[in-house]
Amino acid sequence: MLGLINKSIQCFLTSSYGDAVWQRIAARIDIGPDGFETMLHYDDVLTDRLIEAAGVVLDRPEDALLEDVGTFLASREALRRLLRFGGSNYWEFLHSLDELPDRARMALPDLELPGLRLSEQGEGRFELRVTSQRSDWVAVLAGLLRAMADDYGALALIEPDETARGARLTITLLDITFAEGRGFDLAAGQHAVAAQLGGGGA
Amino acid sequence: MNFELPRPELASRDEEIGRCLACRQTALTELGGLMPMYLSLDAGGRVRAMGPTLKKIAGGVGLGQPIETYFEPRRGWRRSGAMRVPGPDGAPQPEILLGKWRVAPGRRIHLWLRKHPDIGLRGSAIALPPSSGGGALINLTFGVHLAQAVRCFGLTNDDFAPSDLAVELLYLQEAKAVIMAELRGLTARLEDARAAALDKAMTDALTGLANRRAFDAEFAGAIAATRAGGGGFALAHLDLDHFKAVNDSLGHAAGDRVLEDVARILREEIRHEDLAARIGGDEFILLLRGDLASERLKELGERIIARLEVPIPFEGGLCRISGSIGVILSRSYDHPSAERMIADADAALYESKRSGRARCTIIRPDEIGGGLTPRDPRA
Repeated sequence: MLGLINKSIQCFLTSSYGDAVWQRIAARIDIGPDGFETMLHYDDVLTDRLIEAAGVVLDRPEDALLEDVGTFLASREALRRLLRFGGSNYWEFLHSLDELPDRARMALPDLELPGLRLSEQGEGRFELRVTSQRSDWVAVLAGLLRAMADDYGALALIEPDETARGARLTITLLDITFAEGRGFDLAAGQHAVAAQLGGGGA
Repeated sequence: MNFELPRPELASRDEEIGRCLACRQTALTELGGLMPMYLSLDAGGRVRAMGPTLKKIAGGVGLGQPIETYFEPRRGWRRSGAMRVPGPDGAPQPEILLGKWRVAPGRRIHLWLRKHPDIGLRGSAIALPPSSGGGALINLTFGVHLAQAVRCFGLTNDDFAPSDLAVELLYLQEAKAVIMAELRGLTARLEDARAAALDKAMTDALTGLANRRAFDAEFAGAIAATRAGGGGFALAHLDLDHFKAVNDSLGHAAGDRVLEDVARILREEIRHEDLAARIGGDEFILLLRGDLASERLKELGERIIARLEVPIPFEGGLCRISGSIGVILSRSYDHPSAERMIADADAALYESKRSGRARCTIIRPDEIGGGLTPRDPRA
């Protein structure tokens, strides 16, 4: 698996619980204190061990941790912006989820995201089916979708629902313009890009 | 913004005109939704209508103005009277008449913004039927100037047609920038690690001086430079005197302390461009660049020895050492070689030891191949 996924979890742990906690988790899974490199590949088993170790050290259920990872991801400005390219409101965003894995692959061909399939059930209810070898995506997506609802200023109920019928989330969109969402300016990223590249010119 | 429709040529009843106008207005609004950057020109090359996004960027549109008011026609626009470019099959292409301009339907055309000359638009035109007044309908897009235009005009998702890949392009640009930043971070970390590893491989851990490996590399480089006609250099081979006694009587910690002190003295006595290396337990070598006079080298050697002889306090005791030095100069050799120079520096050092230690022996150019032979002159 691409280190990006592991590194995201690492960043979440470091920024939420501090470096000392991360060091303890890193020691349990025999990875150096610097942790993962975003663009290198790691064995999938290491991701399982990472999540397990985090659960043990923090004494928290893994699903709850993974939901927090999802929330954390949506709060990272770079990723938040990339997600906001999905549409100009939460309804459009939900419908863009079908394309999300391919969109991500467009930028990073190595990134393996779960297959996502949104279906409308009527009356603001949606079902998002999640197809992946890994069962932990549902919890991550639940956190991420909740955070993005806040970002768009929409009021939505998001419930993970793992049954024999497969991994899925049910989403109930109660109010699409519940609150003032956070801004999204198509061009804002370019300023950031210019600054990152040391270009200055905007 | 005045968005008046051109008067239709129908000179019939007022209500029919009204109905027709309303109908056209609806059609244009719908067209704007489908192609937010459409441009409708009449047969005189005047602006008849524009899509909402194009209106936003063209700046202060009053309809009925010639196209050059807002745009600079470039690629694909032929002035009447200019040479006709044949089509792909060599035959003259059909053209749409637009006042003094002509464009070939379906071919790529470029228009540049008058108010923002760094932004060009591209697209293609189709002819409008004479029954609706002729002219052309042109659909435009940003192409490579997308990012500038978005920045310049504050465009949003809704300014682009759903079929337009503009937003994907912006998304990709941003995603790539994030990835690039990650990769740059990785490269920087790897570079730091590489530099640290290299440093470790080239440095003597105790004294921080260059090690044998680093010296050999520098020495080989200096010989090559001399052979190629560059400046000369000198080698000074230093062996500590009485070091073993310090080690034996005061212990290895005292010995280490002495070696650190020697390294400090050597570093202080040489110049930035020189190199000091520890090449054995108590053996050091200095690579001194430039064609230095023998007298100056002698002074340097004697100054180093004098400083080595200053007793070093260690845990209540005093460490007393000295040093013997042998110096050779690259200009003594017609064809300097590493083996020969090392052997001669060794011989010079041996001479210092033989003649009572704590001295500096310089083999001058005229002595090379003369009296001194390596290691054992008495053999």
